[in-house]
Amino acid sequence: MSDLAWIDAALGAARPQAMAALLRYFRDLDFAEEAFQEACLRALKAWPKNGPPRDPTAWLVFVGRNAAVDTVRRRAREVELPDEVALSDLGDAEADLAERLDGGDYRDDVLRLLFICCHPDLPDTQQIALALRIVCGLSVREIARAFLVGESAMEQRITRAKAKVAKADVPFGAPGAVERAERLASVAAMIYLLFNEGYSASGGEAPVRAGLCDEAIRLARLLLRLFPAEPEIMGLAALMLLQHARAGARFDEEGAVVLLEDQDRTLWNGKMIAEGLALIDKAMRHRRPGPYQIQAAIAALHARAPRPEDTDWREIAGLYQALERHMPSPVVTLNRAVAVSKTEGPAVALDLVEPLADRLSAYFHFQGVRGWLLLQLDRKAEAREAFDRAIALAHTPAEAAHIRMHLDRLSAEGAD
Amino acid sequence: MLYAVLCYHSEAVVGGWSKAEDDAVMEKLEAVQEKLAAEGRLGPVARLLPTSAATTLRKDSDPPLILDGPFAETKEQLLGFYILDCQNLEDALEAAQELAAANPGGAYELRPVGLFRQGVLTP
Repeated sequence: MSDLAWIDAALGAARPQAMAALLRYFRDLDFAEEAFQEACLRALKAWPKNGPPRDPTAWLVFVGRNAAVDTVRRRAREVELPDEVALSDLGDAEADLAERLDGGDYRDDVLRLLFICCHPDLPDTQQIALALRIVCGLSVREIARAFLVGESAMEQRITRAKAKVAKADVPFGAPGAVERAERLASVAAMIYLLFNEGYSASGGEAPVRAGLCDEAIRLARLLLRLFPAEPEIMGLAALMLLQHARAGARFDEEGAVVLLEDQDRTLWNGKMIAEGLALIDKAMRHRRPGPYQIQAAIAALHARAPRPEDTDWREIAGLYQALERHMPSPVVTLNRAVAVSKTEGPAVALDLVEPLADRLSAYFHFQGVRGWLLLQLDRKAEAREAFDRAIALAHTPAEAAHIRMHLDRLSAEGAD
Repeated sequence: MLYAVLCYHSEAVVGGWSKAEDDAVMEKLEAVQEKLAAEGRLGPVARLLPTSAATTLRKDSDPPLILDGPFAETKEQLLGFYILDCQNLEDALEAAQELAAANPGGAYELRPVGLFRQGVLTP
């Protein structure tokens, strides 16, 4: 690997920790970002000559902090100085800094940095965009591309989001246990949103947006390194790994969705599956189940089945039932109905599905599943009606194409 | 004399490689491994999954303490390792606890293996 590639990788890897520490010193996102940028520039000059430092993160924080102080001194006549309190400890030695980086409050720094991006007033997409820009260090151009919007629109969105969080007044003291748990839950939800932003992409867009899934998995691994004993974070990481492992098999050459049971399982990523299974194993030992763990356990049962007919649908139906208790939602019930149809037949499943009509009649998958169950029960006219509704509700061409296939088959059968 | 070569690197850096970068490194390594294998000098090769998948058994208490995450102390040194074939983590912990009973003190870090090649050593 060339010098530049190595340095680039090291800077990217150090970014969340370094940004988090700089934010604690300066208590201002823009200021912390500027300091980090300056430290990166100096690293590009110094590291090829002197070799990489033993602890790149500590180096970047130390250099970034000093560079920022220089800037402040230079600007002193033009702009107001930051709060005295924020600057008072800037004379600390590097040894002290390294010690503080290793200390317990360091993990709370990274958590705080992520938590700031989860401001409740920010719409989901802005939370994600902010995290990608600030924590992951993606350029505005890369983020705009992943969200399929123009660069200037994304630039505006991020600027607005930053302005909002700047006013948010997130406390900088070490959080208590309850507060920490709440922050972790918010951050986990944001990471899963980020993942789904990439995962829900349709065939043609999928390659462009798969990077979002990778970033989400990277953030979950980072959280796990900092909070190694949190079963729901293990569950979240496992869930994303097990789902993303199927990326190579989810679309055919035309970009149409390939259903789980029709996927070529040799295209699944074995390494990601192994990591996901190991994490869900670890999580289960805690006997503190939660929605991410249960969903990961369901994904694990699919991953463990060498062929679709080996899938343990009874266990999956039971897990969906557990998920309904933790996270009651008609969509979860709909999923349970699919599992139930495999073990107890389409009639029992349809009985579970019909009562959901009030809440889900405008939901693509509801009409799709309903049509599919009616079709198995040979109630063709009703099936056609459900599929017609589904196709009108499809969000992506791939979804529409899948329903179209059922309708075409119905028409063909109707013809003879 | 057999030598174990233990591989250290920043996990965040290696984990940040793109698939293309990772593949390129693996390809270069495989070329070297093939040469060693042809000479009958290459034993087992393992690439471990990230430390976030690790579980640690502290065996200086009785019964041993099971902790999430990698072995993090620096006052002990790496003295050896096993490769065990296990159904799941529970299974691996059971085997490790048996070993721990035979030799208390120190710790075992249990880390799933992502890539494994058996290798062949010819005397």
